[in-house]
Amino acid sequence: MPKRTDISKILIIGSGPIIIGQSAEFDYSGTQACKALKSEGFEVVLANSNPATIMTDPELADRTYIEPLTREYLEEIIRIERQLSPSAGFAVLPTVGGQTALNLAIELADGGVLEKYDVHLIGANVTAIKKAEDRLVFKDAMQRIGLDVPKSALVNNLKDGLEFAGKIGFPVIIRPSFTLGGSGGGIAYNREELMEVLARGLDFSPVHEALIEESVLGWKEFELEVMRDLADNVIIICSIENFDPMGVHTGDSITVAPSQTLSDREYQAMRDAAIQVIREIGVETGGSNIQFGIHPQTGRMVVIEMNPRVSRSSALASKATGFPIAKIAAKLAVGYTLDEIRNDITRKTPACFEPTLDYVVVKIPKWQFEKFPGADENLGPQMKSVGEVMAIGRTFKEAMMKGIRALDTGKRVGGSKIEPKILTQRLVTPHPERLAYIQYALRQGHTVKQLYKMTSIDPWFLYQLKEINDMQLELEKHPMESVPAEIVREVKRHGFSDGRLAGAWRLQGQEKVRHLRKKLGVKPVYKRVDTCAAEFESFTPYLYSTYEDEDEAAPTPKKKVIILGSGPNRIGQGIEFDYCCCHASFALRDDGYETIMINCNPETVSTDYDTSDRLYFEPLTLEDVLAVCEHESSSGAPVGVIVQFGGQTPLNLSLPLKAAGVNIIGTSPESIDLAEDRKRFNRLLEELQIPQAPGAMVASVDEAIAGASRVGYPVLVRPSYVLGGRAMVIAYDEESVVRYMKEAVEYSHDRPILIDHFLEDAIEVDVDALSDGEDVVIGGIMQHIEEAGIHSGDSSCVLPAVDIPAKLLDKMREYTFKLARALKVIGLMNIQFAIPRTNGNGNGDKVYVLEVNPRASRTVPYVSKATGVPMAKIAARLMTGRKLREFLPEFIERRADLDTGHCYYVKSPVFPWNKFPGVDTVLGPEMKSTGEVMGVADNFGQAFAKAQIAAGQKLPTKGTVFISVTDHDKPHVAEVARKFADLGFHLVATAGTADVIEREKLVVERVYKVKEGRPNVVDLIKGERVHLIINTPHGLEPWFDEQAIRRAAVNARIPTITTLAAARAAAEGIAALQRGELKVRALQKLHAERTTRTV
Amino acid sequence: MQAMLALEDGKIFRGKGYGAKGECYGEVVFNTSITGYQEIFTDPSYAGQIVVLTNPEIGNYGTNAEDNEATRPYIEGLIVREFSRVSSNWRSQQVAEEYLEQFKIPVLADIDTRSLVRHLRDNGVMRGVISTIDFDPDKLIAKARSIPKMDGTDLAKVVTTKHPYVWEVGERSHEPIAVVGVKDEPPRFHVVAYDYGIKQNILRKLRGEGCKVTVVPAQTPAEDVLALKPDGVFLSNGPGDPEPCQYAVDNIRRLMGRQPIFGICLGHQLTGIALGGKTYKLKFGHHGGNHPVKQLGNGKIEITAHNHNFAVDPDSLPQSEVELTHMDLNDNTLEGMRHRNLPLFSVQYHPEASPGPHDSHYLFKEFTKMMEEWKG
Ligand SMILES: Nc1ncnc2c1ncn2[C@@H]1O[C@H](COP(=O)(O)OP(=O)(O)O)[C@@H](O)[C@H]1O
Ligand SMILES: Nc1ncnc2c1ncn2[C@@H]1O[C@H](COP(=O)(O)OP(=O)(O)O)[C@@H](O)[C@H]1O
Ligand SMILES: [Mg+2]
Ligand SMILES: [Mg+2]
Repeated sequence: MPKRTDISKILIIGSGPIIIGQSAEFDYSGTQACKALKSEGFEVVLANSNPATIMTDPELADRTYIEPLTREYLEEIIRIERQLSPSAGFAVLPTVGGQTALNLAIELADGGVLEKYDVHLIGANVTAIKKAEDRLVFKDAMQRIGLDVPKSALVNNLKDGLEFAGKIGFPVIIRPSFTLGGSGGGIAYNREELMEVLARGLDFSPVHEALIEESVLGWKEFELEVMRDLADNVIIICSIENFDPMGVHTGDSITVAPSQTLSDREYQAMRDAAIQVIREIGVETGGSNIQFGIHPQTGRMVVIEMNPRVSRSSALASKATGFPIAKIAAKLAVGYTLDEIRNDITRKTPACFEPTLDYVVVKIPKWQFEKFPGADENLGPQMKSVGEVMAIGRTFKEAMMKGIRALDTGKRVGGSKIEPKILTQRLVTPHPERLAYIQYALRQGHTVKQLYKMTSIDPWFLYQLKEINDMQLELEKHPMESVPAEIVREVKRHGFSDGRLAGAWRLQGQEKVRHLRKKLGVKPVYKRVDTCAAEFESFTPYLYSTYEDEDEAAPTPKKKVIILGSGPNRIGQGIEFDYCCCHASFALRDDGYETIMINCNPETVSTDYDTSDRLYFEPLTLEDVLAVCEHESSSGAPVGVIVQFGGQTPLNLSLPLKAAGVNIIGTSPESIDLAEDRKRFNRLLEELQIPQAPGAMVASVDEAIAGASRVGYPVLVRPSYVLGGRAMVIAYDEESVVRYMKEAVEYSHDRPILIDHFLEDAIEVDVDALSDGEDVVIGGIMQHIEEAGIHSGDSSCVLPAVDIPAKLLDKMREYTFKLARALKVIGLMNIQFAIPRTNGNGNGDKVYVLEVNPRASRTVPYVSKATGVPMAKIAARLMTGRKLREFLPEFIERRADLDTGHCYYVKSPVFPWNKFPGVDTVLGPEMKSTGEVMGVADNFGQAFAKAQIAAGQKLPTKGTVFISVTDHDKPHVAEVARKFADLGFHLVATAGTADVIEREKLVVERVYKVKEGRPNVVDLIKGERVHLIINTPHGLEPWFDEQAIRRAAVNARIPTITTLAAARAAAEGIAALQRGELKVRALQKLHAERTTRTV
Repeated sequence: MQAMLALEDGKIFRGKGYGAKGECYGEVVFNTSITGYQEIFTDPSYAGQIVVLTNPEIGNYGTNAEDNEATRPYIEGLIVREFSRVSSNWRSQQVAEEYLEQFKIPVLADIDTRSLVRHLRDNGVMRGVISTIDFDPDKLIAKARSIPKMDGTDLAKVVTTKHPYVWEVGERSHEPIAVVGVKDEPPRFHVVAYDYGIKQNILRKLRGEGCKVTVVPAQTPAEDVLALKPDGVFLSNGPGDPEPCQYAVDNIRRLMGRQPIFGICLGHQLTGIALGGKTYKLKFGHHGGNHPVKQLGNGKIEITAHNHNFAVDPDSLPQSEVELTHMDLNDNTLEGMRHRNLPLFSVQYHPEASPGPHDSHYLFKEFTKMMEEWKG
C-alpha cells in the first residue's frame, strides 16, 4: 500500500519533561518520526514542552510548539493549525510520545476535540489504546484469544482489594490503571502493606482504579518488540530477556537481547502469542511492546502487558538490532507497508524481515538513591532508575562487563567484607547493588545453585558470572611481569577492563596495562551492527569493540572529529548534553568533517546510527575512548576530539586523553582543569578582581571549624570531588559543620572538603557564552526565580532577566568576557553568579562568581530555543578554528547578548517526588530534578504560569493560600501575602507568619503547626481546604513540620512554593491565568520575528 | 582441547574443540537463526555439511528428546563462537556438548565466526575440515580439497529411511506451552510421504492437520505409492543436489495428476525438474529463520525458515502450466509454485519451521483442502 494521500498535516505529540520512566528515548523516537514524516513531504507540527529535546529544534518540524502538554493547550494548537489550513487532511500521531502522548490522545478524543476540528488519530486508534491500557479489559481480551494471564481483579476501594487478596493469597501486585513506569504500583506481602500501597495506587490512578493481581514473582520475564502494518503483516524486531526475574520493573532490570534461555519451540510459542495480541488489541500500524512471564519449572506462560506505542524497550531494541522502530512506525502510520520500506543498513533488503544478532546486548539501569535519602531502595514493580547504559559484546560475558564499566559509578566492587546475614538479604531482595553482591558471593565460593535459590536469576546468567569470576581468579594467579599473552587475550575477551587488570595487579592507573597489551598485541577490533548477522553487506558504520580477529571499521582518509557523548542519563547530566553532542555532529558534518560519536546510552538521538558518520557504541572510559581515537588516527588523517559537550563525564577524561597524545579541540584541558581546581581558580579570580564568596579547603574537623568561622556563617560545605552538587549542605553553625565533617563523606588531603561563605538571600544568575578565545558573545543572562542556595538545575529561571539593574548586568558581562579570555575559552562556557540583595529588592551592587564551567551547560538548548541561535553548532565550529565574527558579527559589534525578542522564556524543573514517597521535597544546593519544561509568553507572569502548568503544577486561580515562612523571610512575607489577597485568595498562616501579615492589616486565618494541636496544617491539606502552599524552609535541617506539610502536599498534589521569589512569580502567573489568556506560539514564528543569523 | 578449521581456499581458523575428538568433512554453510540449534543439528538436510551458527551463544538451553527433527544429528560438524558448558531450561535433558559427543560430532568454538561468515558470504560456500587431532594446515587444506563436491551428489538416498513406517505423533501434544483446548485432528486423510531426509515436524504437522502418514523410502516406485491408496503424496525436504535424483523426478512425473502433491525444499526442487525446469546453486544459500517471503497472489508477507543451497530457476519453468506463488524479498529467489491445472504445489522454504516462525503453517491446511476437493 502506498503513502496515504488523504493526509497532509500531522501533529506529533512529544512526551514532555524527562521524568523517571519517560526519558530521552522519546526524544529519539519523536525525532525519528519528525524526520521520517517530513522527508515524506508531510507538514509536520510538533507539540512538546521540553526545550532540551532535539525534536523541538526548529528545523525538524514545520511548526514547533513548546507549550504545556495539557488538553487545553493542545486544543488551542489544533484550533490554530486547523485555521491555517482549513481543508487539509489533518492527523495526530500519538504513539511516539510515550504514555503522556497516549493519554492526551485519549483526552482529545473523549473531549470531542478531534471530532470538532476533523482530526484523525494515526498509529493507534482510541479503542485499541483503551483496550491495551485498561488492564482489566486487556486481560479479558487475552483470555478470549486463549492466552494465560495472572489472576486479578480491578478495585476502586480498599475493602474490595483486601477481600480479593484474601482469595488469591499474598503476596499480591498492585497496579494502578493509566500510569506509566508503574507509578504507584507495588507488592504487598500482607494486609497492612496492601492497605498502604493500594491507597497510594488508587490515588495515582487518574481514574482512581487499581488492579490487584496474582504474584508471579521470580518467573522469567521477557519482552517482544512487535511491528504491524496496514496490510496486517506482523514482524518481531527483537526479543529481550530480563536478567532480573519478574517483580523488578523491566526499566529497573538488567536486560539482555536476544533472549538467551528459550528454545525455538518456546520462543515461537511466545512469538505466536505476541502476534495474536497485537491483532486482538487492534494496533493497526507501528510498534508495540509485549511482556511475558514464564514459570521457570513448568513453562507456564502469562501475558503481563502490552504498550501500544514505541517505548523505552523499543528504543533499546532499535539500538540493539539496528532496526529503527520509531522511524519505520511513522512510515507505517501514513500507509506504507513493511515490504515497501528499505532496510537502511543493507540497502537492498526490505524492512519486512526479523533482525538477527551475532552479538549480545546488555542493558544496565542507573539509579541515584544517594540523592534521595530516605527513599526505599528496594526494586519492585515501580521503576526507579534515572537512566541506563547499553553494551554490545560478542558474548554475554563481554557485554555484561562492558556495561558495568560504562555505568560510570566510580564504585569498586568486592572491596570490603560483608557479613553473611547482610549478604543473604542483599541477594534475596532486588536492589541496585545486587549484581555487585552476586559477584562478591561468587568470590566467596557460593555456588550457582545457592545463588539461584536466593535470587531466582536464571542459572545460565549466574553461570556466566561464575565464569567471569573464575577468569578473575585465573588472572590473579599471574603476576603482570610473567602473564602469558593468551591469558591477557582471554581476559579481555571476557570483557575485563584495563582497570580491572590493574586492580588485580595492584597497579595505580591503567597505563602499564595498556602498554602491556600493546606489547602482546592484544587490542580490540570493531564489528558492525547490521541487522542480519553479516548475511548481507552493511553500509552504516554502527560499531562496537570486541577482541576478535577481523576488523570491519577501516578508518577513512577524511579529516575527522570525534565527539564524546555523556553516557547514561542522570540527574545533573541529562538530555541537554545529548542535544549539544548531536548539534556538534550535525554542524561539523555540514562543514565536511567525518563526524564520529562515542556513547553508550541507548535512549539517545546521539546513538542513532544516522546522527553521525560513524557511531561507536562504547563505554565512555579512558580505555575505550583511547582505543577508538587510536583506531581512527591509524589512517593518518587528522583527528580532533571534542570533550566539551557531553557534560562532566568526557570532561573528566580530557587531561588523561591529552596526556596519551590525543588532540583535544576547543578549550584546552589545562583551562578546564584550572576552572575545576579550587586553589588556582581562586588565584585567577583575584588577579581578575572578580569577587567570589570567601572559601576554605579543609581536611579535618579542626580545620573545618577554623575555616568556617574565617569565611563566616552561614557556610556551604561540600566535598571537592563530586559533581551535580552532590552531598552539599548549608550549615548555619559550628555544630552542623562538625556533624557534616563527622558523618557526611570521607575526606583526606587529596580529597578535601570545601567550605564557602553562603551568600544568603542572593539572586542567582546563569550565563551562557560563546567564545573563540578573542571575541565573546553572551547567549543569555538567565535570572533564577529561586535564590542562590537552590541548585541552578532545580530553580526556575527566566530569559531575559526581569528585575536585575542594568549596571549589574553589565558587571556580569564584563566578568564573563574577562573569564572567557583568561581561560582562553574556545566554544561554550557557563558561569553562575550570585547577587546578594542588600534590602530585599535586588539592589545589591556586588556580583559574585559561584562557579565557571568551561563547557556546554544544561541551559544551552533552552537558550538556543529562546534566541533562535544554535549555540552548540556555532561552538563546535569555533573549536575547528572558525571565528565568531563569521556567525554573529553584529552581536560582537554591538557587544550585545543574543536577542530574545519581545517574549519571556521561563524554564522550570520537574521532580521525581512521586517515585519516592516519604522523601523530603525541600530544595537545596544538591540537584534533584530529572527534567525541565519551558513556558513562553509576552509577559513574565504568563510565561511562569505556563512553565508551572507544563511542569505539572496546576496553579489555582482561586481558593486558599497557606503561608508559613522562616523568620528570615518574615520581613517580606506581608507584601507577598497582599498580592494573593488582592487576587481574591483566602489567607491561612501559622502563628508567627500570621502576626506579621496581620500587622499589615490583612485578614488571615490562623492554623496550628503539626505539634501544636488539631486541626493543624496537615489536616487542612488532607481535607483539601488548601489550594496553594507557600512554605519557605528554615535554613537548618528542615523542621518535622515542614516535612509533614510538603509530604502531605505532594500526596494531595497541591502546588508548593518554597521561596518568596517564586511566590511573587506565582502571583503574577495566577493573575495572568485569571485574565484567562491561553496563547500558543510556534517557535519558528517567534524566531522569524527577529533578525538572527541562521547557521 | 585445541581444534582447527581448514577451508579449501586455504583459510585457517584456530579455536577450542568440544564434543567429539577427531575430524569431520563437509561443505561449510552458515545459519542465521537465533534459536533452534537442536533442530538444526538433527535436520537431515544438513547431511554433508558443517554448520556455522551466527548466534554466538549456543547450548544455553540444552537439548531434549522432543525437539529432535530426526533420531540423530545430521550435521557433520558445528562451528560456534561460544559453546555453553551448562544448560538451563525446564525441558532440557542433556547438555548440548554431551549430546553431540554421543553422536561423534566435533565442535569448533571460540573462533571469530563473524569473519568466517563474511568470508563465506563473499566467496561462497566451500568445503572444509574440522580437526582436533591434526593441526598441519597444508594437510588439512589438502583434505578439504579432496572432499566430494556437493553439486552432483545424491544424498537423499543416503539419509532416507530403509523401510516404510507409519507416523503417529501429532504436533499439538508436542507444544512446550500447551495451548488450551486445541487437539490434533482425528485422521481424515492418508498421506504417503517420500522421505528424502524428512524433518519430523513435517510429519507432526501433517498428523496435526488430520493426516495418517506413511513414510516411504526415497526410491519407492510411484506404483507402490499408489498401491497404498493415499489421498495425497508429500515430497519431503532433503540434503544435496536435486539434479542426480532422476529416480525421484520420474516417480513425481508418474504421480502428477494422479494424486494431490505437496513438496517442500528438495521436494520442491525435484518437482521443478519434473515440470521441465532447471535448478541452480546459490552462492551461499538461504539458511535462517527470518526470510521475508511474499505471496504473489495477495501480496501478504510471511517470515519463513529457509535451508537451501539450490533453487529452481523460474525462467526455466513452463509458465503456461506453472504459476509462481512465492518469492523471497531479499534476493527474489523463487520460493513457491503451483500447477495451473493439476493438484500440485510446492514451496522452497520450510512451512513446518522448527526452527523458525510459524507464519506458513497455512500451507498444510491448503494441502488437506486440496485432498478434500480431490476426494470430491
Ligand atoms: N503479577 C505479577 N507478579 C509479579 N511481578 C509482576 C506482576 N505483574 C507485573 N510484574 C512486574 O512489574 C513490572 C511492571 O509491570 P507492567 O505491567 O510492565 O507495568 P508498566 O506499565 O509500569 O511497565 C513488570 O515489569 C514485572 O516485573
Ligand atoms: N557561595 C554560595 N552562596 C550561595 N549559594 C551557593 C554558593 N555556592 C553554590 N551555591 C548554590 O549551590 C548550587 C550548586 O553549586 P555549584 O557550584 O554550581 O555546583 P554544581 O557543580 O553542582 O553546579 C548553585 O547553583 C548555587 O545555587
Ligand atoms: Mg512494562
Ligand atoms: Mg552549577
